[in-house]
Amino acid sequence: MTGELGTIQVLVEILYLIASALFILSLKWMSSPTTARHGIWAGEAGMVLAIGGTLLNHGMDYRLIAIALVLGTIIGIPLGRVAMTAVPQRTALSHAFGALCVTLVGSAEFYLRTPNISRFMMSVLSIEVILGGLTVTGSLMAAGKLQEILPQRPLTYKGQNLVNFLLLVAALVIAVTLVLHPESRTLFPFMVLIALLFGVLLIIPIGGADMPTVISLLNGYAGLSAAAMGFVLDSKLLIIAGALDGSSGLILSIIMSKAMNRSFTNVLFGAFGQVQAAAAGGEEAKPVRSATPEEAAAILSAANRVIVVPGYGMAVAQAQHKVRELYDALTKRGVDVRFAIHPVAGRMPGHMNVLLAEADIPYDRLIEMDEINGDFPQTDVALVIGANDVTNPAARSDTTSPIYGMPILDVDKAHTVMVIKRSMNPGFAGIDNPLYYLDNNLMLFGDAKAFVGSIVRELGGGHA
Amino acid sequence: MNSSSSLINALFIFVLAGFIGFEVIRHVSPLLHTPLMSLTNALDAIAVVGAIVLVGRHESTLSTVFGFIAVVAATSNIVGGFFITDRMLKMFKSSRPAAKPAAK
Repeated sequence: MTGELGTIQVLVEILYLIASALFILSLKWMSSPTTARHGIWAGEAGMVLAIGGTLLNHGMDYRLIAIALVLGTIIGIPLGRVAMTAVPQRTALSHAFGALCVTLVGSAEFYLRTPNISRFMMSVLSIEVILGGLTVTGSLMAAGKLQEILPQRPLTYKGQNLVNFLLLVAALVIAVTLVLHPESRTLFPFMVLIALLFGVLLIIPIGGADMPTVISLLNGYAGLSAAAMGFVLDSKLLIIAGALDGSSGLILSIIMSKAMNRSFTNVLFGAFGQVQAAAAGGEEAKPVRSATPEEAAAILSAANRVIVVPGYGMAVAQAQHKVRELYDALTKRGVDVRFAIHPVAGRMPGHMNVLLAEADIPYDRLIEMDEINGDFPQTDVALVIGANDVTNPAARSDTTSPIYGMPILDVDKAHTVMVIKRSMNPGFAGIDNPLYYLDNNLMLFGDAKAFVGSIVRELGGGHA
Repeated sequence: MNSSSSLINALFIFVLAGFIGFEVIRHVSPLLHTPLMSLTNALDAIAVVGAIVLVGRHESTLSTVFGFIAVVAATSNIVGGFFITDRMLKMFKSSRPAAKPAAK
């Protein structure tokens, strides 16, 4: 490929260059909801140019390519039409597909090129295949847990980190051997298998509450493996797209791990399960106050400012549309209603925003944690719907709490807190929430959707 | 194959693109983190170009079969990813000034 390029090749490279620029613009336009849809058009245009250019470049077997493109489209359409509540598992599944593509291409290139492969190329190819492989199975596991095909409980065992670490070392040893002796091709499948197994073991100890971090991390791995593939294929476009996706995933992982007060290395090594294991006990029955839908409706309609705090429980109960009715009913009475969004509320970054936007709640009412936290002391009612740990004041004060240091929404500073919850069961993470025993707290026991529905009926809004 | 200079070029591109990625994505509103992820996922599926070449060149049965599956997987990400991102973004609406009773 040195020296003169043919006219077609120059054209193709220019198309790739335009596609790269469009991809960057596409992400830039995502910075605000008003321009975000331009971002999709830019991305689609870039994609069409890049694929078109690729087809132009090589006199190839178009029939097979066309069949594959059509098949992919047929699978892709239903994946684009899933319900909004299923978006986290869909995202995990698409990380798996992306990584599968990268791993397969890497493996095929390995067999085509060895033994005449430079050491650098073999190193990058190993990175591509190891990262890709672990992302395939890791993402499938995550999707399975999110879809509840697999148990959501984290599975931990003694020496888990050691086993994972040794597996990773084994994969790296094979990679180094292949770099030094690319002719030992029989080793390659073992490297792939170890990466696949590593992906499974990495996700086994992950519980539902850790999913936002994990999905972001897998997103980053998928991007980095694609960038590595770009090095192998000498494709600048792929390097750029992979670097963009990789940095996106890493930024999101950092934001998520900060929001859970985990160090980034802690996240990288998948040392998740411990927090859950540490929490237990504290069964003494403390008095809590509870309220009926009528009482809750009375308190809400007497308020001037209300902040709703949604969590995964709202998603599980599919309560977002009822919440919208509540928002309407209260807004009609002149109550100022806003939503406080914790970065790790739900099962993936931004999960709550998408659900509330789906229910037609205007996005300027959805406020980030840092922006809204100072407003709780001037708030009449904080209504917590299906959120738990992100409202736990123990994170601020109790150094023995497993979530100590995690930034939380300061709902306890509101004049009145109302928490919709099924029961006093401490729930998934097993951490007791002292919020529930505070004097200004009222428990609203019941299913989130049904309870919000009854409040709306009391307020005389909505349709029963 | 790759000469060392094109290798250095590739590293330059990777590092610079990484910086652009960090800068651009830092400014994405947390409001849009879910569509951001599905969009980057669709863009990442540009790996399809590598897979298309594999299928097209038909160099060995293995590479063709792997390439074929890879094209299917990546294409489903492109189609599904753009489609769902668009659906999500369409849902994000600002409160219309007329519907807003109180001052902000």
